[in-house]
Formats: sequence, C-alpha cells, structure tokens
Amino acid sequence: MRLFSTLLIGLSSGAIYSLMALALVLVWRSTRVVNFAQAGQAIASTYIGYLVISRTDNYWLALPVALVAGALIGALVDVALIRTLNKRVKSGPAAEMAPVIVTLGLLGLIRSTVGMIWGGDLKAYKAPVTNHGFTFGTTTIPFSPYNLLIVITAVIVMAVFSIIFQKTNLGLSLRAAAFQPEIARLAGVRVDLVRTIGWAFAGGAGAVAGVLVTPSNSLSPNSLDLLLVLGFVGAVIGGLESLLGAAIGGVVLGIGLAFILEYVSTSLAFPSAFIVLILVLLIKPSGILGKKGGRGA
Amino acid sequence: MSLIIENLTVRHGAITAIDSLSFRVNERELAAVIGANGAGKTTLLRTLSGLNEPIGGSVTWHGESILHTKPEDLVRRGILHVSDGKTVIPELSVKENLALGGLWRKDKKDVVVATDEVIDLFPRLGERLTQSADTLSGGERQMLAIGRALISRPKLLLLDEPSLGLAPLIIDQIFQTLDSLRHKLGLTVVLVEQNAMSALGIADTGIIINLGKLVTVGKSNDLKSDPNLRAAYLGY
Amino acid sequence: MHKSRSIRLLVFIVIALAAFFLSNVVDELRVFQGASLSVYIVAIASIVLLTGYSGQISLGHGALMAIGGYSAVLAHNHWKVSIPISFAIAIVSTAFFGSILGWAAARLKGPYLAGTTLALAVGLPSLANQFSVLGGEQGLAFDVGAPPKSLGSDFTQYKWYFWICALAALIIVWITQNILTSRYGRQWRAMRSAPISASLSGIHIGRSKVLAFTISSGIAGLAGAMLVMTLNLVTPSAFPLSLSFAIVTGAVLAGVTNLGGGVIGALVLVAIPDIADLLAGKMGGAEKISANLPGFITSLILIVTVLLLPNGPKLSKLVSHKTK
Repeated sequence: MRLFSTLLIGLSSGAIYSLMALALVLVWRSTRVVNFAQAGQAIASTYIGYLVISRTDNYWLALPVALVAGALIGALVDVALIRTLNKRVKSGPAAEMAPVIVTLGLLGLIRSTVGMIWGGDLKAYKAPVTNHGFTFGTTTIPFSPYNLLIVITAVIVMAVFSIIFQKTNLGLSLRAAAFQPEIARLAGVRVDLVRTIGWAFAGGAGAVAGVLVTPSNSLSPNSLDLLLVLGFVGAVIGGLESLLGAAIGGVVLGIGLAFILEYVSTSLAFPSAFIVLILVLLIKPSGILGKKGGRGA
Repeated sequence: MSLIIENLTVRHGAITAIDSLSFRVNERELAAVIGANGAGKTTLLRTLSGLNEPIGGSVTWHGESILHTKPEDLVRRGILHVSDGKTVIPELSVKENLALGGLWRKDKKDVVVATDEVIDLFPRLGERLTQSADTLSGGERQMLAIGRALISRPKLLLLDEPSLGLAPLIIDQIFQTLDSLRHKLGLTVVLVEQNAMSALGIADTGIIINLGKLVTVGKSNDLKSDPNLRAAYLGY
Repeated sequence: MHKSRSIRLLVFIVIALAAFFLSNVVDELRVFQGASLSVYIVAIASIVLLTGYSGQISLGHGALMAIGGYSAVLAHNHWKVSIPISFAIAIVSTAFFGSILGWAAARLKGPYLAGTTLALAVGLPSLANQFSVLGGEQGLAFDVGAPPKSLGSDFTQYKWYFWICALAALIIVWITQNILTSRYGRQWRAMRSAPISASLSGIHIGRSKVLAFTISSGIAGLAGAMLVMTLNLVTPSAFPLSLSFAIVTGAVLAGVTNLGGGVIGALVLVAIPDIADLLAGKMGGAEKISANLPGFITSLILIVTVLLLPNGPKLSKLVSHKTK
C-alpha cells in the first residue's frame, strides 16, 4: 500500500513537472532558447489566477484565466523581447550567451514586478477539492482527491497538446517550423507567427503547472523557482527535443523523487534531482528517448 | 511578363557574393544558371526567394518587385524555391512534407487534386506516404521536395542543384521529369547547376556566372557549342 | 611585459592607499558599501575569468559563494583559525567542489550548462536548512573579532571589514590579472575564439576548461567568505538566486572580458540599492516597492545591456586589447 501510494504521489507531482518540462521543450524546439523566464511567466499567471480566486473563490475560473494569461504573456515575451534579441544578436561570442542572459534577466524582472504588485508575503491558494488523502477502510494514504485532480488536469492538457500537434494544420506548421525553420519558410509557413504561437502554448502550459502546484505549497514571487529547475531536469531526461519525452521525463522524475522522499530522506530530494540531471547529461545527453548523441548548442 | 534582375548586389560580410548581376528570364522559359562552386549561384537563388537581403539592385516578377519580401509571402505569389540538395523535413512523414506545400492555400479542393497529381507523377512517394522522410533515398527526397513545391501551384520555380549527390541515372530522370513538367504546367524555371551539360540540355537560356559576376547569357544551344566557354566554365 | 607589470603593481598600490585613505573620511555606510564593493569585484572577477576567458557560462556562482561562506564559518568556528586561514580554506574547499562541477561542466554546452548551474543556485543554498551542523534557517554566527587595538579606539568594526575585504580584493584581482595574461589566459582565449585550431595546436580543451572552472570557483568561494564576514553570519538566505543574477549582471556590464570593467559593474551593483531607495521614496515608499525595486533595476540593466551591447561595451574592448 505504501509502495502504491508513493507511486501515486510521484505521479501527481511528476504530472506538474511534465507540464513545466513541456513548456521548456516547446520554446527550446521553436527558438533554441532554454527559457529560464518560464518560472517568471508562470508566477505572473499564477498571481493573475490568485486575483480571480481571491475575488470569486472559484478555482475553476482561476485555472482558465491563468492559462490564457500565461499564453498571452508567452506571446508577448516572444514578440517584444526574443524577436528583438534575434534581430540584434545574430552571431559572435554573444549569440550563444545572450538568450540565456536575457531570459534570466526577464525572470528577475517578472519576479520583482510581481513582488512590487502583490508583495512578498505568502498567499494561500485554496484547492477546489480536499487535499486530505483517500481513505480505504481504516488506512488513509497521502494521495488525495486534489492529487487525482492534478493528474487528470495534466493528462487533459497533454492530450489536447498532442492532438493539436499531431492532427491539425497548426500542429504541422509548429513542428515544421521547429525542426527546419528555413525549409518551413520556403514551403510557405509563417515561421515567426508560428513561433509566437509556440511561446503562447508554452506560457499556457507553464501557467497550468503553476496553478496546479500552488495549492499544495503557497504563493510567493519565487515559489516556482524550484519547479523551473525540476521541469528542466524532466525536460533533459526526456531529451529536450521531444514533447513526449518531456511528459515522460517529468513523470519519471516525480516518481523517482517521491520514492527517495518516502524511503530514503527528505533532505536528499534536491541533491538527487541534481545528480540525476548531471548523470543524464553526461551519460545519455540525448535523453531517454533520444537517438543521436551530442549536445551542441 | 518575366523575371527581370538588374544590378543585383549581395554581400556576405566583406565578401561580395553577387556583383551587379543583370539578366532576364522570360515567362515559361527555363534558364540554367551555370558556374563553379562559389560563383554565387546559391546566393542568387536565396536572394530571389527572400532568404538573403541584397544591398543593391532590383528584381521584378510580373512587373512587381520581389525584393525585401519574406519567403513565405513570395510563396503566396507563386515563387517556390527548392533549396539545395534534397531539402525535406526528415522529422516529418512524406505525407506531412507534402501537406506543408498546401497548408497556406485557401483552395483546399485543389490541394487534394495537386497532391494526387504529384503522387501520380512520383509513384514512389505514394508508396511511402506514412514513412518518415528520413528513410527516403536521395532521389526520392528530391522528388518529395519538388512535389511539395508543385502542390503550392508555382508560377516561378527556383531549383538549386537538383542533381547534387545523385546517381547519373536518377539525374536523367529528374531532368526529364522537370522538362515535361514545365511544359505541361507552363512554369518559369531558374535552375542553378554545376552539372552544366544536363542543365543546358533542357534549358532555353544559359546564364554563366563567375565570382558573382555575369560572364555571358545566351541560347543554351549556342553556349553548349562555344569551345571557349566549354573549356573555361562548362567542364566538358 | 615586465615594465607593464611593475606599472600595474604601482597602480594597485596607489588604489590601495587611496582606498584606505578614503575609508577614513567617509561615513560608516560608505565604508560598508566599500566592503560590499570589494565582495562584488571578487565575485565578478570569477565570472570574467570563467565566462569571458574560458567561454563557460555559470548562473550558479551564488551557490559557490555559499560553499565558500559556510566553509569559512565552519573552519573559523570549529578550528578557531585566523581570518586569512579561514578565507584560504573557503578558497580551497570551493575550488575542490568547483573542480568536480567543472569536470561535468566541460562536457556541457551553452543552455545545458546554464540550466545545470541555475539548478545549483536554486537548490544548493536551501540544502543548508536540512543539516543542523549548518545552523538551518537561522544560520551560523561569524565573528571575526574586533579590530586590533593598535589601530586606535575609534577604528570601527565596518572599517575593519572594509580593510580586510579591500585587501583581499586587491590581492585577488592582482592574481587574476596575472593568470589572465599568463599562458593559461592565452589558452582560454584561443580556445574560446577558435576551439578547433586551439586543440590542433596542442591545448587540451577539457583540462583547460576544468582548470578555469576550478580557479573561478575558488575566487567565488573567497567572495562568499568575504560576504558572510560583512554580514556577521551565514544563512541560506544570504545567497538568494538574485545574488547569482547580480553577479552575472555585473560581469555583463563589464563586457565579460575585462577585470577593470568589473569594478564599474561592482560599483553599479552597490549603487543600485541606493538608487532604488531614492526611487521607492518617490513612489510612496511602500515596503513591497522598496524590497523589489533593486531586483527590478538589476534585471532591467541586464536585459538592456545585452540588447544594446551584446558584445560588451566598446570601452572595455579597448582596455582589454591593451592588456593583452
């Protein structure tokens, strides 16, 4: 029972890591940028969700509002910042470094803006269903209805993404623009627009991750930093190129960490995640789903 | 009604890749641009399709400038560039690669018709629709790249080295197909080639360039038989 | 070469004398800021060496500073060693950790290295909460003692910190400058601008990168030890993510390839809280504004600098050419 419940808890936190990993992979594939500002975009969206929840007490309204806000913020970041950056910095030693530093700066900018608007104190974010574990007979397991809700929501979001990517014309454009932007352009795909849509999707996914994780913790301007790191680890486990890989990588990480927390020590969660990150990068740099080796730029 | 290039100049940093180049290609004509490696052929096509920005000169198609326009907008004006080698998107299936050619088109019925035509033209693609484009041979990739362009119903086709890396037999096939296609569809074609003999064999006009400058323009038959040119540029 | 080196030595001595003279005429706050300035100069030097020369990026130097800070405090508190020894222990232990990290880092490129080091910056300092020997959230006190009596009775604690920090910064910048103009510095530059020809000419790129990471970590460790000394204690919250951001900002402002520019970067970082206070006062002075404005300004400077001057300020380019 303990084994099974740990697995479920891991699945629930892994689902959230997967969403963050998905957000990072979406941007990486389309723009070749690991978007560190993703945590900032997600925190801003989560605070917008908080605005809704604190007025209406309705989580089910806050979630879609945050999702839309996240998508808009994502699109705005691409149009206002990343396009400018790509125009200004085309080559030279700065070309590899600049996007990293700019997204880092944006993370700082959004966090401090959020802090200026809402303050640094911890805000409570009420879950729509109880966070008390399910009870079977006399035993209560840590896995709660809210955890179940997290898994279901994440699965729905990922299913919608995979339908869009695999079955629609927009998805075909997104994939073509991500893999071979120049050829896509020559085939008539409006790559700039499609890229912005990719950023919007990523922003939406990150926002959902933020709104899902927050009721279990609390909300502050830097409360999603760790989620960014774990999402990055999940994305790297999945190979950073693959949406399916991101989903699997996040869940694998979530379950792995849940077992370490439950059976080894609570103090080892971060070091283990970090060691996993280093090991994957050194041993299987293309991730568990990757075929080719080598991690260029 | 033709493609008119006047004083086109393109630079890559300090290097002048295209230097005041002028020539014209009449509608429904096939012009072969011949030159050695580094002559500026690929840069020329990339500039015509909007991938490179020129620093001077003008290019008009049907009387309207096509410079400083995004490639995806030129596609919508019927200008299709099949870039060098066998440019398909290997991560996508054959079917998806073909579908890209019709994504932007409003007339979805005609996209279906055009796709059927391409599959009739290249039955090998029809057999491999669900395979990833990664699994195709060099010749099949070239067919796929041309097929995708055809689904966009091109008026002006810019072809970069379709013979590159292909076996002689396949090269002949591709050129024959190209020749019959352009007559059937009334295409205007700019064909960039190192393989001068094959290219001039199907071209109306030959344009020889060297180091970004025009060497000569002429009827392809005249060029083929000019002994000086043969020795210096055509390599046979 | 020898002539320029002796001129440089002279410049350092003049700066040192000027700094010590200045510390006698300005008020306590400025003296404290002088100590912070020294900390930032050392921290930025570690990034200049790593990023500007060996071409490796690190967003996690705040975490390395934490290692240095905790090492210095533990050594000082448990073994009762003197300040210079505890600083040396901070350098050595952080360099050791850095060599392991650098071994992995040499195999990673660009965004992967950035993400990995960012993970370190987010996770490592909070790890201290988990171990009681590190004092948890409250941290550990770090008391380096009052200034020696011989300096006079009106010699304040902050002035003492400043003297120690300024001396440490001068020594470290002097050493770093010499490393950068040495064979290794030239190797790093060669490797950064033309990795293939560098490896063909016999430079072992992997080893060279690990060396850079090790030295850079040692310097960052020293910065951490200096920082916790000025704070009188070491806590996880002394090394927030924003510290790593600030160091990167300082280095980017310096053009990343220039130690002299690093001083300007450090000056800006020290000035930001003052500017923020001034602005926050005008904006009504709410706590949430004044607490977040420094971070806002730092981030804004970072973004604007990269957008406007992606390859660093022209000025610093001239200076760095001269020092070649």
